[in-house]
Amino acid sequence: MERSKNDIWVGLFVLAGLAALVFLALQSANLLSLSFQRTYQVTANFDNIGGLKPKSAVRSAGVVVGRVADIGFDDQRFQARIALEMDTRFKFPKDSSLKILTSGLLGEQYIGIEAGADEKNLADGDNVTLTQSAVVLENLISQFLYNSAASNASSPAEVGKGRSGGAK
Amino acid sequence: MSWWRPSDVGLAVRGQLADMGYAARFLWRIVSLLGPCSRRFGLVRDQIHFLGNYSLAIIAVSGLFVGFVLALQGYNILQRYGSSEAVGMMVALSLLRELGPVVTALLFAGRAGTSLTAEIGLMKAGEQFSAMEMMAVDPVQRIIAPRFWAGVIVVPLLTAVFNAVGVMGGWIVSVPMIGVDPGAFWSQMQGGVDWWSDLGNGVAKSVVFGVAVTFIALLQGYVAKPTADGVAHATTRTVVMASLMVLGLDFLLTAMMFTY
Repeated sequence: MERSKNDIWVGLFVLAGLAALVFLALQSANLLSLSFQRTYQVTANFDNIGGLKPKSAVRSAGVVVGRVADIGFDDQRFQARIALEMDTRFKFPKDSSLKILTSGLLGEQYIGIEAGADEKNLADGDNVTLTQSAVVLENLISQFLYNSAASNASSPAEVGKGRSGGAK
Repeated sequence: MSWWRPSDVGLAVRGQLADMGYAARFLWRIVSLLGPCSRRFGLVRDQIHFLGNYSLAIIAVSGLFVGFVLALQGYNILQRYGSSEAVGMMVALSLLRELGPVVTALLFAGRAGTSLTAEIGLMKAGEQFSAMEMMAVDPVQRIIAPRFWAGVIVVPLLTAVFNAVGVMGGWIVSVPMIGVDPGAFWSQMQGGVDWWSDLGNGVAKSVVFGVAVTFIALLQGYVAKPTADGVAHATTRTVVMASLMVLGLDFLLTAMMFTY
C-alpha cells in the first residue's frame, strides 16, 4: 500500500479519538473500579426495600464491601428477595444484620451490614435472616400524626383530672 | 381546488416511494463495497484526513464551550438544592447521553456533510462520473464508498473528542473558577456514569448518526441536478435533512436505550 504524508495526521486523529474514549471510560465512568474480584453470594428477605436498585452498594462502616446483584419478589412470603455479591476479601459472621439506609437526606439507598458475634462466617448461598426494611416517609408521617393525635386526645383528660383534683 | 388532484397526489407518493427505494438500494450498494474499501484503505485514509482532521478544531472548541455552559447552568440549579458537587455527574451524563452525539453530528453535517455534497455534485456536473465509467472505473466504489466509510469511522471519534473536551470544560468552570471540590466532582461523576449504559450507548448513537449524516450527504450529492443551482439546492437539503434525521433518530434511540 502506498505511503502518504496524510498517514501521520490520520494516525494522530485516530489516536486523539481513542485517547478521548479512554479518558471518558477511566475518568468519567471509572471502568477500572469494576471489580473483577471473586465474590460470594448471599440472599436476604426484606419487607420493603424502598428505592434500592441493582448495583447499589453494600457498606460496612461506610466502606463498600459488596453490591446488590439481583432484586426479586418472593410470592410465598410477599417479601422482596435480594441477592448480594460480597467481596471474598471480607468475611462477616453468620448472624450479621442488614439494614437499608439512605446516604444523606435525598441520596441513594444502600445496604448497611453490621457484624454479629457468631463464630461461623457467611458463605456462598447463605441467607441472612436479620433484616431491617427501608424507612418509608409516608409511614413515618402517619405514625407521627397518629402519635400527636393520641397525645392531643389524652392531654385534655389529664388537665380535667388535675382540675377535679384541685377542687377536692 | 385546482392544485389538488388525485393524480398529482398519486404521482407525489409514487415519487417519494421511488426515492426511498433508490436510497435503500444505494445504501446497500455502498455497504456491500466494504471489502474493496478495506483493500484500498488509502482512499479511506485520505477521506478520514479530510473529514476528521479538518473538523477537529470546530468540534473541540464547541465541546469546550458546551462543557462551560453546562457546568455554569448546572451549578446554578444544583446549588439551590445544596448538591453542587453533582455538577460533574450532570455535565458528564448530559454530554455522554445526548449532547455529545447530537451536537457532533449536527456540526459534522454542517462542516463536512456540505462539502461532501458539493464535491460529489460538482463532480457529477463536470461529468467526471461518466468519464470514470468510460474508463471502466466504478464511481461508487472509487468515490462514494470510501467517503461513506470514512464518515462512519470519523463521527464516533469526533464524538469522543467532543465529550472528553466537554467534560474538561465542565471541570474548568466547576473546580478552578467556582470552587467545587475536585474530589467530589470526579467521584460523583464516576458514581453516576455507567460505562456500558451511558458511554456505550453514546458511542452506539454516534455510529448511527455517522451513517445517517454521511449517507444523506453522499446521496444528495449523487442525485443532485448537474447544474450550479442543483448543487446549491442539494447542499441546503443535506443540512436540513441530516439535522432533522439526527434529531428524529436521537429520539428513537433514546426511547430504545434509556427507558427502564
